[in-house]
Amino acid sequence: MQLENICGYLLALIAAPLLPGVINRTKAFFAGRRGQPLFQTYRDIAKLLKKSAVYSGTTTWVFKAGPMAGLAAALLALTFIPSGGVPALFSFNGDFLLMAYLLGVMRFCAVTAALDTGSSFEGMGASREVQFSAIAEPALLLGMVVVIRMTGQLSLNSGLASFFSRLTAESSPTAILLFMAWFIIFLVENARIPFDDPNTHLELTMIHEVMVLDHGGPDFAFILYGAALKMWILGALLVNLLMPVRTGHPLLDLGAMLAGMFLLAVVVGIIESTMARARLLRVPQLLIAASAFSILALLLVLR
Amino acid sequence: MNIFLFYLLVMAAGGVFSCIPGRQGKLSALIGAAGIIAGSLGGLITAIRVLISGLPLNLKSSWPLPLGSFSVGIDPLSGLFLCAIFGLAMLAALYGWGYNAPPGKNPGDRCAWLWLSLLTASMALVVIARNAVLFLLAWELMSLSSFFLVAFENNQEKVRRAAWTYLVATHLGSAFLLVMFVLMGAAAGSFEYDGFIALQGQNPGFINLLFILAIIGFGTKAGFYPLHVWLPEAHPAAPSHVSALMSGVMIKTGIYALIRIVAMLGPPPAWWGWLVVAIGAASGVLGVVFALAQHDLKRLLAYHSVENIGIIALGIGLGLLGWSYDNPFIMTAGFAGGLLHVVNHAVFKGLLFFSAGSVLHATNCRNMEKMGGLLKSMPMTGAAFFTGSAAISGLPPLNGFVSEFLIYTAAIMCVLQNQMGAVLPGIAAIGSLALIGGLAAACFAKAFGVVFLGEPRSPDMAKAHECGWAMRLPMLGLSFACLAIALSAPFIMPALCSAIGNIISAPLEYNGADMLFLKIALMWISMGSLIFLLLFISLALFRLILLRGRSAEKTVTWDCGFAKPSPRMQYTASSFAQPITNMFRRALDIRTHDNLPAEFFPKNASFSTHTDDTAQRYFFAPLFRCVDRAMACLRWIQEGRVQIYVLYITVILLILLLTAL
Repeated sequence: MQLENICGYLLALIAAPLLPGVINRTKAFFAGRRGQPLFQTYRDIAKLLKKSAVYSGTTTWVFKAGPMAGLAAALLALTFIPSGGVPALFSFNGDFLLMAYLLGVMRFCAVTAALDTGSSFEGMGASREVQFSAIAEPALLLGMVVVIRMTGQLSLNSGLASFFSRLTAESSPTAILLFMAWFIIFLVENARIPFDDPNTHLELTMIHEVMVLDHGGPDFAFILYGAALKMWILGALLVNLLMPVRTGHPLLDLGAMLAGMFLLAVVVGIIESTMARARLLRVPQLLIAASAFSILALLLVLR
Repeated sequence: MNIFLFYLLVMAAGGVFSCIPGRQGKLSALIGAAGIIAGSLGGLITAIRVLISGLPLNLKSSWPLPLGSFSVGIDPLSGLFLCAIFGLAMLAALYGWGYNAPPGKNPGDRCAWLWLSLLTASMALVVIARNAVLFLLAWELMSLSSFFLVAFENNQEKVRRAAWTYLVATHLGSAFLLVMFVLMGAAAGSFEYDGFIALQGQNPGFINLLFILAIIGFGTKAGFYPLHVWLPEAHPAAPSHVSALMSGVMIKTGIYALIRIVAMLGPPPAWWGWLVVAIGAASGVLGVVFALAQHDLKRLLAYHSVENIGIIALGIGLGLLGWSYDNPFIMTAGFAGGLLHVVNHAVFKGLLFFSAGSVLHATNCRNMEKMGGLLKSMPMTGAAFFTGSAAISGLPPLNGFVSEFLIYTAAIMCVLQNQMGAVLPGIAAIGSLALIGGLAAACFAKAFGVVFLGEPRSPDMAKAHECGWAMRLPMLGLSFACLAIALSAPFIMPALCSAIGNIISAPLEYNGADMLFLKIALMWISMGSLIFLLLFISLALFRLILLRGRSAEKTVTWDCGFAKPSPRMQYTASSFAQPITNMFRRALDIRTHDNLPAEFFPKNASFSTHTDDTAQRYFFAPLFRCVDRAMACLRWIQEGRVQIYVLYITVILLILLLTAL
């Protein structure tokens, strides 16, 4: 473990809450508004940490433990994510499985905490969350198999690093398909349009937001921070996949990583400004398309 | 070895003494439970000693029965299964002692402890038998004793039907086994396992036939799709500790026997691996999809047994592929994942059935739609169910993740090979495991959420109470086992490797360079689990410090401004699972009965769904109807008069005499 690896991890910890800010500013730009400050998420978290909590009489320890376990899982999953040219904090062969299943832990905790409130809205959100993530899981893991088959490397660190260097004109369709598959996963797992609308005003139509309706105070701060980290984790997969700058100089590499993440956030903002939300019944079809992209990419690599 | 047989005798003796007339009630339960616990404890120690040392025990003596001898042995492969059998049987006996108190209410009570001890002893005998005749006797004893346990509450029509389904299914399986062993014995000239080695290298068509017979015969017991139809009937009917024992370990004897037979038949052709992977993927995905559509808590758990048998089959299938392609890494990871999942499933499925039984005991209800909010009245049962749910969904830091990781690793190494025969099964295994993982998490979020969280959905739930200590202790023990196996994964691997050595009949070193990958990964998984726990504890402390001195208010759940929310407005189990079951509606064949609200002031609106097993409805039911019709032609033989039957006997005797002359 070297200093630069720790710097990469710290960068993610510090910069992750910026991503929602960038997305919101992009959307505001398209709508012709000034929009909320770039650092709004930090302010929200700081404010929530200072508040006391309110609990429903229906809830139990599951409701209180959910946000903590979710954040713990996100913090651990982030240690396996490289930042462009700077390797991840921890790495071993097969670490992507632990990363994917830690995201599963996060989801399981969020869902059970939502069901603990006994609210039918939160039950609805939980039901949609488990459905979408169950179909998204094969696309994510089969996508990683594409990387492994192409590079022969079994960890996120070395696999993603050598993926780009092996990219040729012939294998670029694979990369495009894989990017599309993971981009869909990125959008659905982070509750973005066209799968979920974080700004909807009706509980009935939300997925992720509705599951956390009853959380408040420090618990909600944990959830907000955990969601930002999750966005960084899945976003970093995409950015690492196509990161052209790998200089070997830690500061330059980290700067390139940050720029890549911001670019991704801007793209998400543009999509949210120009697209409508898909009908709920259409979402599974889009997710199956993601799996189809992964499998197509895999077939191209097997050729 | 002698001392081990003595432990089995202690167990059986406890069972026999427990049903001596005049000792009904408390004393008989005490004797029965004590016999099982004492015998299991002794057996467990022997089994662990074999596993650690790797030195097999053997005993061979003749007996008066024709064909064969009484030959038994414990090698690491048997030892691994014995650990699961005795470990769970011990806890099930303790749990059953608390579960059936006060005894004497049920018609099956009289001999229940005898059957439980015989079931445990016969499972152990199945695993240690080294002679086909002895094996078949033990197998039959196991089937019969579990049949009587399933028929425990035989004053109920449903239970009787479930027990018959089980009896018919298990004997259909046994018929295939009988044919298989007779063919093997005839070809090898001996019914000893040692003698079956002579079959290796014989005509491949014959070996393939034996393999197919083994898959059908043992697959029926294990619950491979579509032979699983007895599982969702028998598990809900049996008392919960029996369900735990049957689902946790008895169905695994099918897996054990399949592995043992394959080991005797020698290095497999690649298509055996493809077949087992395909069966695993089908059982896994369909098992969990059917589980999602259930309303009955124990039936849901029974379908999850089909799912987990599927995961085990994926591991075994990849192991077979590695063996046939001569790739020791894939073989080790695949077999190790499958075998570890056998133990893991015994732990968490036992835990889940124990806590489901505790719910059933407290509320007298199996329908999830009527439950809710039980975590408040049954905190310990709820925590146990939560642990089991997370473990069976394969979530770190618990044990389910470790075995699934090993299977994933085997599949990924398959994908890296050059032969398409290895690559495609690898991709199928990864895709189906990922799908199974997501769906299992969905199903257990539903089960735990609807049963234990929220508000009670019916007034009966308010009367629920926590179960007694005899039932709580086994749950506590198994919950810790879930965590302990995950944290000690690197130390379990050598024992698994010596068991795999038994399969391939060659010692398998865990120190080679290609095993380094597994060693490091397992170390990281244990470390990661520990780090996760530490992070969770420090966040909890951080939250405590933050909230110190601040007021934590209590209110109602956000109800969107609605004036009078009632528990009936909560999301139900069916509505939670509906989006997923709707996606798989082609496979599920859900029947709905609805009485939709009409008019402006609707009165009697209702809606209900039920999901039959498609394999039963479209495969077994037509099959049995055909058999029934064919057999009807022979019905004239059955006259129903004693004289006629005596005539039959005389005629047969005459014919036999004439042919003998």
